[in-house]
Amino acid sequence: MTAKKFIIGFIVALTAAAVVNIAPGCNGNTKGKSNADSTSASGKDDNTILGAGSTFVYPLFSRQFSEYNKLTGLKVNYQSIGSGGGILQLINKTVDFGDSDSPLNEDQSKKIGAPVLHIPMCAGAVVISYNLPGISDTLLLTPEVIAGIYLGKIKKWSDPQIAAINKGVKLPDFPVLVIHRADGSGTTGIFTNYLSKINSEWKNKVGEGTAVNWPVGLGGKGNEGVSAAIKQTPGGIGYIELAYAIQNKMIYAKVENKMGKFIAPAITSTSAAAEIQLPEDSKIFITDTNAIDGYPIAGFTWALIYQEQNYNRRSFQKAQNVLKLLWWNIHDGQQYCAGLNYAPLSPAAIKVAEKILLSATYDGKQILKQY
Amino acid sequence: METGVKKIKKAKLPNRQIRMEVVFRHSLISAGLVVVILVLGIMLSLIWYSIPSMKALGFTFIWGKTWDPVRDIYGAYPFLLGTLLTSFLALLISIPFSFAIAFYLGEYKPRSWLSGFLKNTVELIAAVPSVIYGFWGLIVLVPIVQKIEMKTGILPYGTGIFTASLILAIMIIPFAASLGKEMIRLVPASLKEGAYSLGATRYEVILNVIWPYSKPGLFAGVLLSLGRALGETMAVTMVIGNTSMVPKNIFSPGNTMASVIANEFTEADHTLYLSALIELGLVLFLVTIVINLAGKRIIKRFTNI
Repeated sequence: MTAKKFIIGFIVALTAAAVVNIAPGCNGNTKGKSNADSTSASGKDDNTILGAGSTFVYPLFSRQFSEYNKLTGLKVNYQSIGSGGGILQLINKTVDFGDSDSPLNEDQSKKIGAPVLHIPMCAGAVVISYNLPGISDTLLLTPEVIAGIYLGKIKKWSDPQIAAINKGVKLPDFPVLVIHRADGSGTTGIFTNYLSKINSEWKNKVGEGTAVNWPVGLGGKGNEGVSAAIKQTPGGIGYIELAYAIQNKMIYAKVENKMGKFIAPAITSTSAAAEIQLPEDSKIFITDTNAIDGYPIAGFTWALIYQEQNYNRRSFQKAQNVLKLLWWNIHDGQQYCAGLNYAPLSPAAIKVAEKILLSATYDGKQILKQY
Repeated sequence: METGVKKIKKAKLPNRQIRMEVVFRHSLISAGLVVVILVLGIMLSLIWYSIPSMKALGFTFIWGKTWDPVRDIYGAYPFLLGTLLTSFLALLISIPFSFAIAFYLGEYKPRSWLSGFLKNTVELIAAVPSVIYGFWGLIVLVPIVQKIEMKTGILPYGTGIFTASLILAIMIIPFAASLGKEMIRLVPASLKEGAYSLGATRYEVILNVIWPYSKPGLFAGVLLSLGRALGETMAVTMVIGNTSMVPKNIFSPGNTMASVIANEFTEADHTLYLSALIELGLVLFLVTIVINLAGKRIIKRFTNI
C-alpha cells in the first residue's frame, strides 16, 4: 500500500513539475534569456567576462585569455558558437563582446539598433588546396582560373588556362572536382568576397556571403569535411583556413595578387595583406589587397562591442575590464598569434584598432585614456 | 459506538481507493496532455517563425529550385526531393535485410547462440551514435562508391544521394527487424502447427501463414524506419555532398532538409534566411506527418483484408 502510494505520489509530482515547466511554452524561452542577462550584463562579478562568436579565432582566444588571466586574474568565458551566433548573442545582450569573421550586415545593424565597434583581433587566410597525384610542384593559380573553376567553366585540369600559368608541370586529364563548405562559415565569407571582387560574373551571378548558391561542386562540413573530400578525390580542389591547412600539412597553391606576384599563403603574407590604408572603422575585407607581398584571400576577425558600454546596468568597472582586455589582445596578446598559425595584426591595423577602442564610451565619456 | 467506528473505517477504505484511482487517472491524462501540448507548441512556433518567409515567398518556397541566401531566394524543392529520395532508397535497400532478420529470429531460430548474437548485433546498430556512421561512411564507404563511379564514368565524387542512402539503410535496419520479429512471434502456434501438420515446409508456412498474419506489424516497422530515415541529420550531412542543385540521378550530390538546417542555421545572418530555414523545418515536420498518416492507412487496409 505505501509503496503504491509513493509511486502515485511520485507520478503526480513529476507531472505537476512537467506541466508547470512546459505548459507556458514560449514563456520558458524568454525566461531563460533574462536569466542569462542577469548573470552576464548586470551580474555582480565584474571579473568574469562573457564572449561568444567565431570558431575560427577560438584557439587563439583561449590561449590569449588564459595568459591574460595569469596576468590580471580576469576570467573570460568565450563560447565558440559561430560568428552569426555571436552577433545574435550581442544583439540579445547576453554577452559582453561578440566575435565575427565578417562585419555586421545591414540587417544585423538594424536589429542591434546601436553603434557597434569592430576591433580587428588577428588576420586569417583562406588557402586553395588540391589533390593532383604525381604533381609535387606548388601549383600557381590566377584569379581568373580560380573564378573559372568555381563558376564551373574550367572543367579539366589539363585546361589551357591552367597550363599557361604552370609551364613545365604535367597536368593530368582529370576532371576538376570542386569542393566548398557546406555549413555557413566566415571562411566562405572571405572566399566569396574575394571572388566577387575579382570577377564580375561571380559578383552578379553568385555574390558573397557566409553561404551562397554554388554553381558547381559539393559541400563538406567544416574545414575537416572539405579537407577529407580533397584528400579522397583525385582532381579535387577546395578552400580551407590557413591555420587548419598548416596543422594538417595540406598542400596549397600560390595565388597571384593584384600586383601580379604569385604569393604563397603564410602568416607573414597574410599580415602583409593588411598593411594598406584601412578605413577608420576597420570594417573592410582585406581580400585582393594592394600590398605587394600580401596574400590576396585574407580577412580579419573582429571583436564586437557596443560603443556605449552603459547598458543593462553594467558597471563601469566591467566595461573598463572588457576594453582593457581587448587593448591587451591587440598589443601584448599578438605574440601568441604566430605560434598558433594566425597572422598577427599589421602595424597599420593596430593603429586603427587603437583609435576604435578609444572611441568606446560609458555614459558618453571615454573609457580608456591614451596609454 | 464501536460498530459505528468500524463502519466508518470500512467505508473509508474504498473511498481512498477511489481517490487514488482518480488521482492516478488524472496524472495519466495530464502526462498525455503535456505531450500533445508540446507537439502542438512546436508546430505553432515553427509556423510563427516562418511567417516572414511565407509572406515573402508564398508557395514558391516549396517548388522553387534555387536556394540562394545572398539574393534571398529560397526554394525547398531540391532538399524535399533529396529527403524523399534518400529515405525511400534507404528503405528499399534495408527491407530485404530487416525482413530476413525478422523471419530468422522470429521463426527459424528464436533461441540459439547465433540468433542471440545476431539479435544483439542488430540492437547495437540502433545504439551507435549517427556521427559514427557518418565518419565511417566518409572514410570507408565514400572511396568504395568512388571506385564504382570511376568505372561507370560518372563524376567520381563518392559522396551523394546513393552513399547517403546506403548509410541510412544500415541505420534503419534494426527498427523494422526488431518490431517484425515480435510480430512474427505473436502468430498463434496453433496456426503454424496446423500448417506444419499438413506437410507445409518452413518457407510455405512463412509465406502462407506468418506473412498474412504479421503483415501490419511488419509494415509498422517499416514506417518506423522511414521516420528515422526522414529525420536523420548528422550521418547524411557527412556523405551526401551538400549541394543545393536539384539531383540529376541517384549518384549526384544532393542535400536533405534536415542537413540544410543543421549546416546553415548557426550562420544564418538575416531575418528572411533564418525564417526560410525554419519554414524548411516546418515542411519536414509536415512531410513526416503526411507519411505517418498515409502509412497508418496502409496498415489499416492490410489488416482489414
